Amino acid sequence: MTVLGNLALWLALLVGVWGALAGFVGRRQARPDLAHSARRAVFAMCGALLVAVFALEWALFQHDFNVEYVAAYTSRNLPIFYTWSALYAGQKGSLLFWATVLSVFGSLALVFTPRRHHELLPTVAGVVALVASFFISVMLFGHANPFHRLPYTPLDGSGLNPQLQNPGMVFHPPMLYLGYISITIPFAFAIAALLSKRVDADWLVAIRKWTLLSWLFLSIGICLGMWWAYVELGWGGYWAWDPVENASLLPWLTMTAFLHSVMVQEKRGMLKKWNLALIIGSWLLSIFGTFITRSGVISSVHSFTQSSVGYFFLAFLIATGIASFALYATRLPLMTAETRLESMVSREASFLFNNLLLIGIAFSVLWGTLFPILSELVQGTKVTVGPPFFNQVNVPLGLALLALTGIGPLIAWRRASLPNLRRQFAVPATAGGLTLLVLLVGGMRDFYALMAIALGGFVAATIVQEFARGARARHRQYDEAYPAALGRLIARNRRRYGGYIVHTGIVILFVAFAGMAFKTETEATLRPGESASLRSPYGHTYTFTHLGISQYDALNRQITAATLEVRRNGKPIGYLTPEKRQHVDGLGRPTFQPSTEPAIRSMLREDLYVVLGGIVDGTEQAVFRFTINPLVWWVWYGGMIVALGGLIVMWPGGAPAARRAQAGYGVRLVGDDR
Amino acid sequence: MNAGTKFAVGAALIIGSVGYLMASGVKQTGQYFLTPTELSQKIAVDPSFYNVGMKVGAHVVRGSVAKDVATQTLSFQVTDGSAHYPVVFHGLPPDTFTDSVEVVVEGRLQRDGVIHATNVLAKCGSRYEAVPKA
Repeated sequence: MTVLGNLALWLALLVGVWGALAGFVGRRQARPDLAHSARRAVFAMCGALLVAVFALEWALFQHDFNVEYVAAYTSRNLPIFYTWSALYAGQKGSLLFWATVLSVFGSLALVFTPRRHHELLPTVAGVVALVASFFISVMLFGHANPFHRLPYTPLDGSGLNPQLQNPGMVFHPPMLYLGYISITIPFAFAIAALLSKRVDADWLVAIRKWTLLSWLFLSIGICLGMWWAYVELGWGGYWAWDPVENASLLPWLTMTAFLHSVMVQEKRGMLKKWNLALIIGSWLLSIFGTFITRSGVISSVHSFTQSSVGYFFLAFLIATGIASFALYATRLPLMTAETRLESMVSREASFLFNNLLLIGIAFSVLWGTLFPILSELVQGTKVTVGPPFFNQVNVPLGLALLALTGIGPLIAWRRASLPNLRRQFAVPATAGGLTLLVLLVGGMRDFYALMAIALGGFVAATIVQEFARGARARHRQYDEAYPAALGRLIARNRRRYGGYIVHTGIVILFVAFAGMAFKTETEATLRPGESASLRSPYGHTYTFTHLGISQYDALNRQITAATLEVRRNGKPIGYLTPEKRQHVDGLGRPTFQPSTEPAIRSMLREDLYVVLGGIVDGTEQAVFRFTINPLVWWVWYGGMIVALGGLIVMWPGGAPAARRAQAGYGVRLVGDDR
Repeated sequence: MNAGTKFAVGAALIIGSVGYLMASGVKQTGQYFLTPTELSQKIAVDPSFYNVGMKVGAHVVRGSVAKDVATQTLSFQVTDGSAHYPVVFHGLPPDTFTDSVEVVVEGRLQRDGVIHATNVLAKCGSRYEAVPKA
């Protein structure tokens, strides 16, 4: 099957290069035959790459250990679930996955783009073919061919790293990849708009769903990554400001900025240059993320084998960055704003500030991530910044952004009047103030946590107010019952109310993040029968009693587990069994280093998180780390609500009212758009 | 003042505070990342480098790891080929820590010549790949 795989890769490269040429030349010379050929080339490339994926999966499932990739990432005793996901567990396979998904997205974009945007499609096909060809050539010429055969055949493979043997890891990388990859489609449309000099709102309408789609995939991918880090890595948190985590956050921030600023262009014809720059920037950041992950220039827990592949990406990043911004610069005179900012107290001004904050956060994250390299270049000594830096900078910026999440939707477009502001802000501001008061009376003193939760109360109240007013208006106008009115309200204006649901999720996330300010932790060495206790920030006491150690074999691992009885204020609430796992190969020999499986008890208010650090040789005396993580469950819950809101916004169809608003720059004041 | 100017003032305020937060963040939380050789050179020139928080990136010396599970103490030596430093760490080392990996040690070099680590990260280039068959 590797012959087939190799053939498919070469074929994909050839048609890809042809597609890129045909797409760009076809547009330039306005030759429909070439444009048509570029389109077909993308479909052909997609077909060839799917064959290559099939060939690799076949080799994985056949346990063809003569194939280096199969031997490196799987073994006979690996569960089937993970054998399948070994496709993207390693560098080479993930390159194939990337190119394939890009060609699938590209084909979908070519098929489903409405007729009125067809002028843009040859260039879109060209850009997709070019980017995918780059990924294929990295595989073929960068010593990263997943079909490479070994000169001998090992009896068994090395198996998949135990930390990747987790359900979160089956979904986290592909979701993140889907997010990264799908940014290429809006980028391709942006380049097409620039080349064809059609830089009005037209291209924006064509890519709206795609930008949302990649934002949604990125959001889900990041949340799954947080979940995986939390349940698998055993350090007791979900976000460490690791370079690779940062690399996935960067395009998410710029895409979030774009999703907001694009509304200003649609409604008011402003920010054309900014929006194009954001899309190009987001795409470059997605390639930058790949470069960071693959090159090992910045040490990270995620680094794949350091290899020359990173430098292919650096070269590609620089070349495409220069080319796209050069093109952008030549088109600047075409992108003039159609209206001006009329007032500081207006929806568009709040969007501008929202964008500045998001880009400020993105810039500081990029700066902190690259700081070791930059400081070494400038001073000759490496200086690193870690989580304290990122928290110190981003917590205040994030809180300002949270405040704008509440303020923005309350302010009218163009210019807000004072009575209007009073009507809009009275209830939410009171709600925020009351939240603060309750927390202060409750004894909370952490400044940032107080701010986060009080602002959360304010924003939540703005959202409730918007839904309540909308539902009441429908109730009056159409005499609908309140639940039906609420449902139709969302269905008829999915962008607006789906957006509010996303905001609800964001509020929940901020409150959950604030909870981590009250994390408490203790370490203890216990003999069977001994116990350790830990006071929760809510005031009750948990007692953990070590009952003993058990050892047993499972499918592909030997497990050492400690059993702990947990009591809250003296009352037993259950048992926790943190584990150490030693993975073994088919012959029972150990592979990899032992891995830690924390035991987690998730509750609404807090998580108990117990790690088995080790066992004193030959005894049942064990070392534990006990952690109480407040509100962690709400991170996952908030993430799901964000995803749900994103899905509502994206859902196909929509009311005629929403369609009317797409094209023109019609301005609606707050009072009249519901 | 028209809206554009007002907006420019607001924007300058935001950009200024982002810049300020970043500059002060680097100043307050930045840590040197040194190799053992660089550390020994710095110490030779400037003794105030003792008891300063920093990160040291180096290889663990093979066979130098001593673990005492009961007291959760881990001691080992790090080297970059020329300079050596002993390290003491209290706590749970990461799963990937062995005596053949590259580590990043966060901590302070004390006058006794020992790095007292507050955190040990195993920086294993082949983290997600199998251990080479020895």
